[in-house]
Amino acid sequence: MTTGSATPAAVELAGITKRFPGVVANDRVDLRVAEGEIHAVVGENGAGKSTLMKILYGMQTADEGRMLVSGNEVQFSSPSEAIDAGIGMVHQHFMLADQLTVLENVVLGAEPTRRGVIDYDSARRHLDELGISYGLDLHPNDFVESLEVGERQRVEIIKVLYRGAKVLILDEPTSVLVPQEVEKLFGNLRELKARGHTIIFIDHKLEEVLAIADTITVLRQGRTVATMASDQVTAAELAELMVGSELPKPSTEPRVADQHVTLSLRSATVTGDDGRPALEAVDLEIHRGEILGVAGVEGNGQGELIEAILGLRHFAGGELFLDGESITHWPVRHRREAGLGYVPEDRQRRGLLLDAPLWENVVLGHQTQPPYARGQWLDRSSARAAAGTILSDFDVRAPGVETSARALSGGNQQKLIIGREMAARPRMLIAAHPTRGIDVGAQAAVWDELREARREGMAVLLVSADLEELIGLADRLVVMLRGRITAELDPTNTSPRLLGSHMTGASVDDQGGVG
Amino acid sequence: MSVRRFALALAAPVCAFTFSIGVSSLVLMAFGTNPIDAWSEMLSYGTRLETFVETGNRATPLYLAGIAVAIGFRMNLFNIGVEGQYVLAALLAASAGAAVDLPPVLHVALIIAVAMTVGSAFAGVAGYLKVSRGVHEVISTIMLNAVALAAVGFLLRNWLLDESDTTLNMMTPEIPASGQFPHLNSLVETFTREITRGRELWGFLLVAVFVGVLFHVFLNRTRVGFDLRATGLNPFAAEASGADPSTNIVRAMLLSGAVAGLIGLPEVLGDAHKYDLGFARGLGFTGIAVALVGRNHPGGIAIAALLFGWLDSSAPILDVVGDAPREIVSILQGVVVLSAVVAYEVVNRIRRVSEARDAAVAVRLPLETSTGNTA
Repeated sequence: MTTGSATPAAVELAGITKRFPGVVANDRVDLRVAEGEIHAVVGENGAGKSTLMKILYGMQTADEGRMLVSGNEVQFSSPSEAIDAGIGMVHQHFMLADQLTVLENVVLGAEPTRRGVIDYDSARRHLDELGISYGLDLHPNDFVESLEVGERQRVEIIKVLYRGAKVLILDEPTSVLVPQEVEKLFGNLRELKARGHTIIFIDHKLEEVLAIADTITVLRQGRTVATMASDQVTAAELAELMVGSELPKPSTEPRVADQHVTLSLRSATVTGDDGRPALEAVDLEIHRGEILGVAGVEGNGQGELIEAILGLRHFAGGELFLDGESITHWPVRHRREAGLGYVPEDRQRRGLLLDAPLWENVVLGHQTQPPYARGQWLDRSSARAAAGTILSDFDVRAPGVETSARALSGGNQQKLIIGREMAARPRMLIAAHPTRGIDVGAQAAVWDELREARREGMAVLLVSADLEELIGLADRLVVMLRGRITAELDPTNTSPRLLGSHMTGASVDDQGGVG
Repeated sequence: MSVRRFALALAAPVCAFTFSIGVSSLVLMAFGTNPIDAWSEMLSYGTRLETFVETGNRATPLYLAGIAVAIGFRMNLFNIGVEGQYVLAALLAASAGAAVDLPPVLHVALIIAVAMTVGSAFAGVAGYLKVSRGVHEVISTIMLNAVALAAVGFLLRNWLLDESDTTLNMMTPEIPASGQFPHLNSLVETFTREITRGRELWGFLLVAVFVGVLFHVFLNRTRVGFDLRATGLNPFAAEASGADPSTNIVRAMLLSGAVAGLIGLPEVLGDAHKYDLGFARGLGFTGIAVALVGRNHPGGIAIAALLFGWLDSSAPILDVVGDAPREIVSILQGVVVLSAVVAYEVVNRIRRVSEARDAAVAVRLPLETSTGNTA
């Protein structure tokens, strides 16, 4: 299937098919990436982008189809074979050893040796050369744990270059970055391209794709929908190709919040896992019928904030009130019984019993309350009935209440969690990254439920990395930076860009400075 | 769907047992024995009424041991200390039973209460160490086993010895008749023939059955049981749901120890009526194997305990007839455990795949048909 052009494509995938139980992740996908271009692969969650890249990188093998690298047919059974063929991958979740230095991380697994000893001198020279020539500024002796997210990403990129990769796959590289860091990344990518590298870039943020890519391939439901030059397409057209219709956006509704304060934090201080304060003197009020959005680069105390409110983490100082009553020292169970609902960031870790049936997952978190419990006993039949109602009310697609949670897709798992929390009619709903990693349809459903929660007078704390989601849904926005609330913004006159600059602490204009 | 699920559940133990018979047969052949002769000897000896009685007697403590271990397993706690817990409990319960004189039912109840309390308290030490000092329960229970066995030796020799005994067998004084548990021979004999050779089916079997039912009801029907199970399935999600990890660890260890305390009682109450040097050891460790083969499920553990009990009680014939060493049964039991664990994992994967497929189909179905399966 080599095309007739003079130079063969850097990478060519033809008719790639990959089946998982019950799902065809890739259905005869074709992808042709010319040498020296930045080629974006876009599509919504579950379109098959990651599977395709895992196949190209040797992490999975295709059931059907052919792969050609520089015109030669290849078959990878492991990433090391892909690396040998000059293909490197920068994963969405970094794979770095925090306790090692930048240099050690880069050489890890490909250590240059001299007489059986790791030759750090030559490794450092090589690393410096790479860093200088690509404009990737890094200090080889810094410990990775001390690096910012953007710097960690550069370590990952250098790591791949160090192994001699000509083709770089970047899996949603911007998902962890704020806008300013994204621009820096794009500068690095252009430099790589100028030096003859080929870049495959996976993303679903259309403005970014249009800004950086030369060529764009759109996947939808496991199939190649289109491939085109980026200057011949608009964001709206791309969106349509991706979802088959227009992209949904969270839309604001008139405010229904009243003066009643449902939850309030007074100078709350919480210690993080590393012993340092993760939350410092935070004051926060959430009103009835209000969605309070919390923005911030991950790891600036949002996780600890939620854990402290829920009771999973102790307060080192300060107080927490629910409807005027101090619940600072209540155990988790009392708080949940008092009406705290929780949609966790990591639904599989904090929110589900994967190997238990759906009805037991619906009981989880409410096992002491009706209709799931009668005295000390579990009411199994009404729990099953309630679970059935939740499945249909919240459109959770599952064979039945006896199916185990593991069998459900991410979106359906999330709808189940939202459903069970909403069904308990909490006073206060804590939602952490509620639409992360779920498909567009489920995303819209989750947004609807959050708006419904607000209409019903719940107080909602929404922590999210999706800035459009925050701006679209929240009545008020606060920004967290290094454990403090550094700004309070009105979502009606803020932009993702402005929010991004507050998140990095780069610019504090007249709107900031509340915390 | 449910038929397929049932067939899958049955397939694993059947495959494991068949495989184990195969491996043991190969071992027998390697020693120059005809496996068919050996198995048929065991089968004909093992199907006599007296062997069944013996099977019941051996299965009863194994079942209790399996349940004790399973309570920990269901919460991802590895209670290796069942061994020490039951031996110490048996000694103290036997001594307490001999020291008092009470009306019949009360007397037995007291002995049971002492045994459960001792087992529970001793296991509770490991639970306390885990939540307060972060000591892993495997380490602490292994060491507590050594403590328990040393304590048993010390207590028996110095404080609890039967002074009137003239034999060299160190033992506690005998429990009076009011503290003994009746046997079930007359009950069995109404359905079968007379049980010969002085064999008695220990009445404690009924207590074991009761404990099994209680275990099932507790885990599946109570709030506390749900917390415990949830913590075992996913400690992080359970914690967020309000199940306090420390409380549940201590609770599970106390319950596991309480059941462990019962393991020695079938023998103490039904046969020996005292604790002596010939008291059965090692049941706590066999209990781990029984719980594994029984998948920590009360019904499964019953089948596993009966299987192990039957193998133990029909093996001696091999020595008598001279076909094969009786130790072949230990090999058989070992292979059963290993292959059962592998077979369960295989079945588990098959089930996951088929569930994922059903769920993927449900996504494409209209909602009315997909949520019909309730209650």
